[in-house]
Amino acid sequence: MGIFSVSFVFMKKPIVSISNLSKTYASGFVALKGVNLDIAEGEILALLGPNGAGKTTLISIICGIVNASSGQVLVNGQDNVKNFRSARALIGLVPQELTLGAFDTVWNTLNFSRGLFGKKPDPAYLEQLLKDLSLWDKKDSLLLTLSGGMKRRVLIAKALSHEPTILFLDEPTAGVDVELRKEMWALINRLRKSGVTIILTTHYIEEAEGIADRVGIINNGELLVVEDKLALMHKLGKRQLKIDIEKTISKIPESLSAWELTLFEDGQSLLYTYDPNRQQTGVAKLLRTIDSEGLLIKDVNTSQSSLEDIFIDMVNK
Amino acid sequence: MNIHAVRVIYKYEMLRAWHTLLQSFASPVISTVLYFVVFGAAIGSRIEQVDGVSYGAFIVPGLIMLALLTHSIANASFGIFFPRFTGTIYEILSAPISFVEILIGYVGAAATKSFIIGIIILATAGFFVPLEIAHPFWMLLFLILTCISFSLFGFIIGLWAEDFEKLQLVPLLVITPLVFLGGSFYTIDMLPPAWQTVTLFNPVVYLISGFRWSFFEVSDVSVWVSLSVVSGFLFICLVTVWWMFKTGYRLKH
Repeated sequence: MGIFSVSFVFMKKPIVSISNLSKTYASGFVALKGVNLDIAEGEILALLGPNGAGKTTLISIICGIVNASSGQVLVNGQDNVKNFRSARALIGLVPQELTLGAFDTVWNTLNFSRGLFGKKPDPAYLEQLLKDLSLWDKKDSLLLTLSGGMKRRVLIAKALSHEPTILFLDEPTAGVDVELRKEMWALINRLRKSGVTIILTTHYIEEAEGIADRVGIINNGELLVVEDKLALMHKLGKRQLKIDIEKTISKIPESLSAWELTLFEDGQSLLYTYDPNRQQTGVAKLLRTIDSEGLLIKDVNTSQSSLEDIFIDMVNK
Repeated sequence: MNIHAVRVIYKYEMLRAWHTLLQSFASPVISTVLYFVVFGAAIGSRIEQVDGVSYGAFIVPGLIMLALLTHSIANASFGIFFPRFTGTIYEILSAPISFVEILIGYVGAAATKSFIIGIIILATAGFFVPLEIAHPFWMLLFLILTCISFSLFGFIIGLWAEDFEKLQLVPLLVITPLVFLGGSFYTIDMLPPAWQTVTLFNPVVYLISGFRWSFFEVSDVSVWVSLSVVSGFLFICLVTVWWMFKTGYRLKH
């Protein structure tokens, strides 16, 4: 994706536009503080944040489940309170909890969801949807007899039953096994290819790193940053250079103090953290100085900090 | 109007009753039949006529009202409380559906179930006591208005209740005493004068009085007063539900 994804996002009109959105609960807890966010049509946006950051509140307000204290949400240009019918008809929501009735069949609960969103019955579409989610053989099963993973898929099927163009996934892979998580990621990619805009909240940084176009980081009700994933990593990510040496040392030589190196416990590796965007990274001079100190370089390797590192850095600031 | 949404909610609620057929329909009918046997046949045969009506027949409208009120409230309150309790209410709240459509679905289904119970009990009463309905239109009007207004009331309780205990609180501690003290088994003038005044503050008195008038042309208060009280109650319930949805009370925290 890279630079291409940046231009892709900016070219598209926002399908969801959030302005100055705030929420204070009756208990006095401030869940959102003036959030502004535009979500482009067709993108996958991942919202990262610790527990209680405001991710679920934000999604709940957009979907109409929670009233905002102030601010506005436009869905495809329609105010989600004043024109709730046209706004909500476009949205599908997969909640975080496995909230399903117990005594319905899979087939009935899907028809219920489709009807709720004002769509006339379409057995052929629902059949294909269940087949896509490997649930067709369970269509007559009672919901209470399904495993956790199947219930999660039923929730996704319910959210897609009315053919939404915007899909909210609130921690879709929380508590699911690795295989199902990969299936979910594949499904999300398929949906995006079909033109669905996807907004997901997650605790799994690698999930956001793996599938999102853009990443938003929320903490204490504030949207700290929203950026193209790769641009964010490029802008905020640090690069680290690990230099393995032949000699074992107990102290970093005085001549290397300018680089603020870290010496590993075994005394045979040095770590240099630098900003790759700087014109003068100092890497070449560092290597020359190490060599002149007679430490004998055995190996070098570099690594880019992950979204997880960026996330931890930002929420801890 | 999101007619598909109304259809699926109504169908879902009616199916719930169908799945629990014994509990939904057989149980209230059996309880009421027991009232007929005990009060109508056993004790009633030793009681003189009330306002020219045999005691067994006299209690029929009151017993129907007792069943209607209890089951309208129970059906509607449980119908909306359970999705709140399990969390599945998120789907209703996020759907493109207005509060009027939600009401038609949930309250309509609860009122339909109560109406069916009322008709079954009425038919069953015919086996025990000779029944004539003097004003069938008024009888149906009172029946339908009661089913709707108390289903609405039940819906409010279902939205208000935070747990199962509160869900049972109003029906057990408020509704049952009001119905029993509302003239199901007697006329107001059988009470001491002081209690006659107190009982006029009980709205159920007006319901039972009006309903009984439609059968026997015998009533404690004017039928128009009864109709006004039921309509007023219906209006208050509608305004309350409208306010609850507008503010998101206990729904959109």
